[in-house]
Amino acid sequence: MPRVELEVLKREVARLERGSSAPAAARFSTGAMKLDAGLGGGLMRGALHEVFAAGMLDEASAAAFAIGLAVRASHAAPVVWVRQDFVGLELGEIYAPGLAELGLSPERLILVKARDGPAVLRAGEEAARCPPLGAVIIEPWGNPKALDLVASRRLMLAAARSGVPLFMLRAGGEPLPSAAATRWSVRAAASAPLEATAPGHPVFDVSLMRDRAGAMGRNWIVEWKRDVRSFSDIAETRAAALSGGMVPLPPGGPGAEAELHRRAG
Amino acid sequence: MLRRNFTGAPDKVAEPLPLVLVEKVKGASRLAAVSRMARRAGLSPGLTLADARARIPQLWVEEMDRQADAGLLEAVAEDCDRVTPIVAIDAPDGLTLDITGCGHLFGGEAELRAGVSQRLRRAGLNVRTVIAGAPDAARALARHGRIAIVPAGEEAAAVRGLPIAALGLEAKDQLAIARAGLKTIGALADRPSALFAARFGEEMTARLARLQGRALSPLLPRRAVPMLWAERRFAEPIGRAEDVKAVVAGLAGEICQMLLERREGARVVEASFHRADGAVRRVAVETGRGSRDPAAMLRLFREKLDALADPLDPGFGFDLVRLCVLEAEALAVMQPELDGRALEADEIANLADRLSARFGPGRVLRFLPEDTHDPDRAARIVPAQTAPAAAGWMQPAAGEPPLRPPLVFDPPQPVTILFAEVPDGPPRAFRWRRMEHRIVGHEGPERIAPEWWRETPGEARDYYRVEDTQGRRFWLFRTGAYGAEDNPPRWFLHGAFG
Repeated sequence: MPRVELEVLKREVARLERGSSAPAAARFSTGAMKLDAGLGGGLMRGALHEVFAAGMLDEASAAAFAIGLAVRASHAAPVVWVRQDFVGLELGEIYAPGLAELGLSPERLILVKARDGPAVLRAGEEAARCPPLGAVIIEPWGNPKALDLVASRRLMLAAARSGVPLFMLRAGGEPLPSAAATRWSVRAAASAPLEATAPGHPVFDVSLMRDRAGAMGRNWIVEWKRDVRSFSDIAETRAAALSGGMVPLPPGGPGAEAELHRRAG
Repeated sequence: MLRRNFTGAPDKVAEPLPLVLVEKVKGASRLAAVSRMARRAGLSPGLTLADARARIPQLWVEEMDRQADAGLLEAVAEDCDRVTPIVAIDAPDGLTLDITGCGHLFGGEAELRAGVSQRLRRAGLNVRTVIAGAPDAARALARHGRIAIVPAGEEAAAVRGLPIAALGLEAKDQLAIARAGLKTIGALADRPSALFAARFGEEMTARLARLQGRALSPLLPRRAVPMLWAERRFAEPIGRAEDVKAVVAGLAGEICQMLLERREGARVVEASFHRADGAVRRVAVETGRGSRDPAAMLRLFREKLDALADPLDPGFGFDLVRLCVLEAEALAVMQPELDGRALEADEIANLADRLSARFGPGRVLRFLPEDTHDPDRAARIVPAQTAPAAAGWMQPAAGEPPLRPPLVFDPPQPVTILFAEVPDGPPRAFRWRRMEHRIVGHEGPERIAPEWWRETPGEARDYYRVEDTQGRRFWLFRTGAYGAEDNPPRWFLHGAFG
C-alpha cells in the first residue's frame, strides 16, 4: 500500500523535525479523506484531543475511535493508556485480544491504573513528555475538579513539546473549558453488514464539536478497517459498494463464504 | 553490651537501692538481671527472689520485660545504622557492627568507638564497646574482657585471658571444663583441640577458632547488606528540601560511577535519611532494568518522595544521608554509537520506572499473551517493570471485523432476553442496564468449551456478536441449556465492541 508507506515516511520526517522546528505543526492523517480534508490534513500530532461519547451507550465507540486514532498516530511505537479505576467498573476493563482486533498490538501498550482524576492527569502529563511514545490515551471519569483550563493547558503543552499526541477519553464527562486542539463527539453507527447480517467493521458517527483551526460543527461517518490500520469515509465506501453491486469487503480479505450463517470459531 | 538505666530511678548515677529485674521461671520468681550495685552486693542472675531477699532485705525489684528490651535493642540498632549499614543483632543485649572501611569517616577507629559510645551513653545506656578483627572475639571481649581495640591479627592473644564462659557453651560443658582445672581461653588454646573435640564435639573447637579469629564467623545483619553505597555526613544537620535533593543528586552520581566501574546497573536503590535525633527514614526505588543514569535515579527518588503519604520530615535536620544499592545486575558499558531505537526503549523503561515509583508497581501494567482459548484467561496483566513487552498475540484474521471487544465486563453482566425467534437461537432483543436493545445483526454462536483440566472448569459458553438498531455492537453469551430444568439458559453481556 503506497499510502501506508507514505505515512511511514511522513512520520520519519515528523520525527526528524521534532527536535528542531515547531513539532506541533506536524499532523497525522486519519485515512478518511473527507475527514482529513475537513481538518486541514489530519489531526495535530503534538496536541491534546478530547473524545466524548454522544450518549451513555456510546462510550465503547468513543474508546474504539480513540484507539483507532492512536493506532494511526503511533504506527509501531509504544502507547500509554492511563485509566481511572472507576472507568473499568463502569464501562468494562481493557481487553487485550480486543485491542489486537482493532490493530493495537497489546505488546505496545503500557496500562497505568490511576486511583483518581488528579492521578490520571499527572500520569498522563508525565507520559506525554516522553517523545518515543506513539500516543497517550488518558481516561478520567466524569468531570474531575482537577481538570480545569490550567490542567488541559499543561497537557497540551506537554504534548506540543514532545510531539506525542494525547487523546483524552472523557468517559461519563461533559465538555468543560479546555485548551484541547479538537473535541470530538462519537456515536455508534450501523455497520455495513457482512453476509447473513453479521455485524461488520466498526462504524462511527463523529462530530467535531470544536476545533482550534475553526472547522467545527461538522460530522462524518467513518469506518475503521483494522487490516489497513485506517479510517475510511463510509459514504465513499457505500457508494463504491452500490456501483460495484457487492457487499463491501476490505481489500485483501477473504471472499464471501457460501454459508447461510457465519459461525466464528 | 547494653544495660538499661531505669528512667524511674530518682538519680541515675547513684542508685538508692540494689536493683534487680525478676521474671517467673517454672513458677518461681528468679532474678533475670541485676544492677551493678546488686552485683557488688553478691547477687547474680538465676537466684530466686526469695534467696536474694534473704541476703539483702532492701531490694528494688522490677519485672523483667524482654519484649521492651528487644524493642530498645532494635531502636539502638537502627541508630547504629548511621555508622555502617551492616548491623547484626546479638540478642539479648548486644549489637555487632561491621565497620570495615568506615573508620576513616570518623577520623580513625578509636574515634569511631568513642563517638558511638558517647552517643549511646548520652541516650542513657551503659555500653561496652570493643573493636576486633573477628566478630566473636569482639563479642566475647565486650562481655568478659578489658581490651577496647584489638590490633589487627592479635585476636588470639587478646582472648587468652578471657574466662571459659566467653565460649558460650552449655552450662554442663562449662562446668566439666572448669572441673578439669581449665579457667581461661588461653589454657584451652594451649592444648590440642582434638582432645576437646572428642569430649565436647566439633562445635566447641569451631567456637574457639572463631573466637581467636582463625575461622570466619557468620554475621546475620538485620537488613539486606547493600552491594555498594555512598553517604554524606553533616556536622550541621541539613533540613531544606533543596539541600536534601542536592545531596541525593551527588550521591546518585557517586553510586552510578561505582556501578559503571563494576559494569552493573542498579535494580533497587534505597535512600536512608538519618535524623539527628536518631529517627531513620528509608525510601527505596526500583527500576525495570539495571540503570546507572544519575538523572533517571534522581527523578525516581523525586517521584517517590513526592508521592509519600507522610512526607519526609527533617525535624531538626538530617546528619546523614546514604544511598545503598540493594540489587544490581550486569550492564554492559554503553556504546556511544548506540542506536536510536535502544535509546528510545531506555526512555520508555525510565518512564515506566517513574510511573511505578509514583503510583506503585502494581498500577503500571503490561499485557502478556496466554495460550488458551478461554476468553477470561487470554491475557495476563503484570507489572510493566517486571516484564518486557511480549510478542505472541494472535493475529486477527484478515478481512474479519473485530471478533473480540476492546472492553469487557468482569464479571459479565446478566441481561434479560426479551425475544428470540427460536428457543436456542440468537436473541432478537435484550435488556441491559434498564435499556432495551433490538438486534438487527448477529453472528454466532461461537461455542467456547470450558477447560476441563482446570480445577473449576466453569460452563460451556455460546458467544454471539450482535449489533442493535443504533449501531452498538455487543458481545453476548449464553450458558445453560434449553429444556434443562436444573440448568436453564442464562444470558450475559461480556463486552462492548464500539
